[in-house]
Amino acid sequence: MMIFDELINKQVREMAPSGIRKFFDIASTKKGVISLGVGEPDFITPYHIREAAMYAIKCGKTFYTANVGLLELRKEICNYYLRRFNLSYNPVGECMITVGGSEAIDIVLRALINEGDEVILPTPSYVAYAPIVELSKGKVVEVTMREENGFKLQREELQKAISPKTKAIIINFPSNPTGGIMEYDDYLQLADLIKENNILVISDEIYAELTYDKKHVSIANIPELKENTIIINGFSKAYSMTGYRIGYILAAEPLVRMFNKIHQYTIMCACTSSQFAAIAAAKNGDKDIEEMYLSFKQRRNYIVKELNRIGLKTHLPEGAFYVFPSIKSTNMTSNQFCEELLEKENLALVPGSAFGKDGEGYVRISYAYSLAEIKQAITRLERFLASL
Amino acid sequence: MLKEMLSLLEKNARIEVTDLAALLNTDEKTVNEQIRECEEKHIIAGYHTIINWDNTNTEIVKAMIAVSSTPERDQGYDHIAEIIASYPEVASLYLVSGRTEFMLIINAATMREIADFVAHRLAPIEGVRTTETMFILKEYKVMGELMNKGKDKPGRLLMTL
Repeated sequence: MMIFDELINKQVREMAPSGIRKFFDIASTKKGVISLGVGEPDFITPYHIREAAMYAIKCGKTFYTANVGLLELRKEICNYYLRRFNLSYNPVGECMITVGGSEAIDIVLRALINEGDEVILPTPSYVAYAPIVELSKGKVVEVTMREENGFKLQREELQKAISPKTKAIIINFPSNPTGGIMEYDDYLQLADLIKENNILVISDEIYAELTYDKKHVSIANIPELKENTIIINGFSKAYSMTGYRIGYILAAEPLVRMFNKIHQYTIMCACTSSQFAAIAAAKNGDKDIEEMYLSFKQRRNYIVKELNRIGLKTHLPEGAFYVFPSIKSTNMTSNQFCEELLEKENLALVPGSAFGKDGEGYVRISYAYSLAEIKQAITRLERFLASL
Repeated sequence: MLKEMLSLLEKNARIEVTDLAALLNTDEKTVNEQIRECEEKHIIAGYHTIINWDNTNTEIVKAMIAVSSTPERDQGYDHIAEIIASYPEVASLYLVSGRTEFMLIINAATMREIADFVAHRLAPIEGVRTTETMFILKEYKVMGELMNKGKDKPGRLLMTL
């Protein structure tokens, strides 16, 4: 028998499995489970976008594209960012297409981190950042974002975390899992710290279009921070295109050139037919975004009101499609809470601890579900809380 | 908020006031008041149910009829429209651009009834010049609702990050 353990890279061996794995496994074997645990929209991709992918295949446009992606797509993305977020990037040199935002996170971190570099990570955070930093032999420095501050990143917290080894900070607003956002003035408070310490900002803006009652602001909208910022975004959440796996990076040309070095060897290029679908989305998809946005906003209002009614204190998140209610009143850990909830009521939620130690005491609830499903889930949750 | 509320009601006339209030982030009192006001002002003109008669044992026949007519002095098309609309079997009536003036939708029990409607009720109206009847063979989508639901939705994973 081979002893595989010894052959595996130490970093990978020690990497903790994702905190939802266990729940996924239990939930998959049970019957009648309602899950509010999904991180993707519930709309089927608008037909004109699907059609564009099919047409590309029909026409035989099935070859590799340029490593950085189709020029037409990069142009449309840059038009889109200018049109919707007032940020100007050059499609040639400052934009590249990746396999979802996920690949972008991977290659950006690998391209930047030297062994021992510190990467600041405001938490609770999306689960992929820390493992990839560690895989690149970087050190994650967690910064707490607190509920009472609307899960925003505070200047004092950031200041405490900065050291001479700080290479970058990863931000994700609107946030998975908290739904928190940052506004222009919030970013402005951080500007001098980032500038003076020569820190790169990796800004994962995948939920940008789901910013409620306000316009999404990127940290790159602060003029002096634009060159420090590496924007990661993609088509998954805004157009309900998760399965297409199309993401992109917007950043200064010398950085993009380095990211593309890794990308060209590991990926070659993002899926060609998906790139054509993405062109259709960026070009003619603004209306699709508006429709989904409104539907999410209404469901957010609904679920927050209902959660507060049944006794889970929940702040009204201003972005994404998650709410992050506190379960501290139950005196249970978020893991216990979710396990028992799944066991007793067949309702699957994601424990906050999956998003870092600062997520302890919370659960993540996705409202990318029909109103009927949300109602049923609330009924189960209410019954569960009453039984405690 | 009014437009949002009306869109929700347009999609589902039976939506509960409590749900409307929660979705719109307001209270039930406000919603009730707004609905009442809309009804009074005839912004909400009525509440209907979409029925897929194909799934019942009752046969019904629907047709769209294009009607061309001559406008009347002083009245334009309104007088003629009023007469057509007064027949209860006329479900919808529109003045349209294009080759004909009116487009109406009629519900009846049999084809014969529709033929009679055209011959005896519609054609004799003064000012009606020609009619073109198109029987509806199959309904795919009515008032935003798909008539044949229940096709498999593509599945999502139970939990993702």
